Amino acid sequence: MSDAYDGGAVSSTAAEAHGTVDAETGGILLEASNLSKVFGGLVAVNDVTFRVPHRGIVSLIGPNGAGKTTFFNCMTGLYRPTTGRVMFDGKDITAKRPDLVTRAGVARTFQNIKLFRTMTAIENVQVGMHARLRSRVTGMVLRTPYVRREEREAREKARELLRFVGLKRHDELAMSLPYGDQRRLEIARALGSDPKLLLLDEPTAGMNPQESEELRKLMETLRSERGISVLLIEHDMKVVMNVSDHITVLDHGEKIAEGSPKEVRENPRVVEAYLGSQA
Amino acid sequence: MSTVAATLRTNATNLTRLLPRWAWGIGFLALALLYPSILDQLLASPDDLLDASIQTLAYIIMALGLNIVVGFAGLLDLGYVAFFAIGAFVMGWLGSQQFPNVSGGHGIHILTPIKSAFGSDLPGIHINFFLVIFIAAAFTAIWGVILGAPTLRLRGDYLAIVTLAFGEIVPRVFENSTSGIFGIGHTNFSNGRQGITPIDKINLPWTNETFKYPLELKPVYYVGLGMVLLVVFFNRRLRDSRLGRAWIAVREDEVAAAAMGVNLVRTKLWAYAIGAALGGFAGVFLATYNNTVNVDQFEFGFSVFILSMVIIGGMGNIWGVILGAVALSLFNRYGLKQLNGVPDKIGLHFDLTAVNYGIFGFFLLVMMVLRPEGFIPSGRRKLELHESEIDESDHIGTESDHQLYEVRQG
Repeated sequence: MSDAYDGGAVSSTAAEAHGTVDAETGGILLEASNLSKVFGGLVAVNDVTFRVPHRGIVSLIGPNGAGKTTFFNCMTGLYRPTTGRVMFDGKDITAKRPDLVTRAGVARTFQNIKLFRTMTAIENVQVGMHARLRSRVTGMVLRTPYVRREEREAREKARELLRFVGLKRHDELAMSLPYGDQRRLEIARALGSDPKLLLLDEPTAGMNPQESEELRKLMETLRSERGISVLLIEHDMKVVMNVSDHITVLDHGEKIAEGSPKEVRENPRVVEAYLGSQA
Repeated sequence: MSTVAATLRTNATNLTRLLPRWAWGIGFLALALLYPSILDQLLASPDDLLDASIQTLAYIIMALGLNIVVGFAGLLDLGYVAFFAIGAFVMGWLGSQQFPNVSGGHGIHILTPIKSAFGSDLPGIHINFFLVIFIAAAFTAIWGVILGAPTLRLRGDYLAIVTLAFGEIVPRVFENSTSGIFGIGHTNFSNGRQGITPIDKINLPWTNETFKYPLELKPVYYVGLGMVLLVVFFNRRLRDSRLGRAWIAVREDEVAAAAMGVNLVRTKLWAYAIGAALGGFAGVFLATYNNTVNVDQFEFGFSVFILSMVIIGGMGNIWGVILGAVALSLFNRYGLKQLNGVPDKIGLHFDLTAVNYGIFGFFLLVMMVLRPEGFIPSGRRKLELHESEIDESDHIGTESDHQLYEVRQG
């Protein structure tokens, strides 16, 4: 219980810090309004409205099958939402192609790690930078000074990102990295596209408590040093309660609660969704 | 078995480390340059082998082109012969007397001899070979995009079937374009099954002197070699570029590649376009070298022939593909002849050369069992194919979850 209390304390300071920044930058980075996704007869996401403020760390939680990942996929263009609208940074990104969403500044990781397994760690990050590199085919063939410089800078930046997430083995193939490092590499790869918003889909799955704690710190550094907002899907409640300044709870595709970690934790509907009805 | 293979592999690695990389490159280049002279010294009649080598150079270019599509981008293309056909026909149109009436029967001549041997104006379009190769490469690249675009949503078997169909359609279209093409106009584009012949010989842009193959083969060998070197350079540069990385990313995981900002449509179409351009590039060369453009050359079996070079040599590895092309091409020319007596000896009466693609199929099977990554595999491919031996633990749904995402490309 004391754990949870500490968590509440941390998050409330985070929320205060974020509140002041919020006032400076004036508000919402991403807004999904009335988003629904229907597969055949199954309503996976039902009329969900959701906001991510500038420099915010917000979480999306809910029992298995609640529609969290579907919601993610709708926002990143992997699914075309059935209804609803997604605005990001003043632009409408509803049903845009995934690469255009990334170009706009939303990067993501995957619940089931989707690295380019036979590429090295550094190459993975370089692919993540694809949208930010500008060399053209003729330039690549002629290897113009511009392309040379861009490639050199890309490699340097990739190394810097790998150091940032705490990955030491830069030239190792992604598939031969340990599980925790693969998770880190996914984050570094996502950061390669210079996102304004990072979507993390269960980043601590399979991590031990120490690794989870490191990841929590990483998320806070992302916000404080790089000004990147984080949207988190997570099952590890300790991480969620500690890091988030706002939590949204989904169940059966519907938003059943939202608010600060404290509010959410005390919300009877949330307790019911997770533990079942007491009656 | 596996220990023998392992020993061979370590020996091969030691051998390659004997010299630095650039030394190997220079060594091979010198060998290639001196090759015709070496043949002169060693053989009484070197022309037959030199002829086979010149054909091989063209096959190397095509295999390297197909390697971009299949090896780098992972798009299985069974209709590559279509681009050979298109390139060859461009040479046929721009370097023969196929269109005798252009410019009032006087012909169009760009950096080529204007008069025939008899002193009259040569009718038809005659553009210098060194211009035609680039015109044809650009033209086939456009057709690569046109034929590639409808296949973008397909994967694996379905992609193979559709590309196979394109490989069949394109030669048939040419065959039937004796009075207009796609039903437009009345120009004869192909002479039907007869094909276009003769085709202009290569001449250097600054002289009117044409090469004298098939009597004198050395100059055309060096043209072919120059084209191969250009293509190898091109392939290497692309492989180590932003586009090359994107190709491998798409091959590995389309969903992740798209989510990382890779434009799937553009990336795949570039692979098709560049692969096709190289097919056309080689097609032009073979058209003038064989002195004919004939639809009989453009069979499905040829696509398989080139694909076998890529697979047997080592998909995704430039040197492996070159080795595969040399091995299969020379085997097709000489090895089959050696084996030709075998069926008779065991009491079977059939022509072995008639089932040469069956034999290539057999080789493919043997390769798949013994060394699926090819002679000289790319590091990546080898890892993919032997992944299960390395670790089986954390292989979490890389293939099966594809259908979970409706990755949109349009």
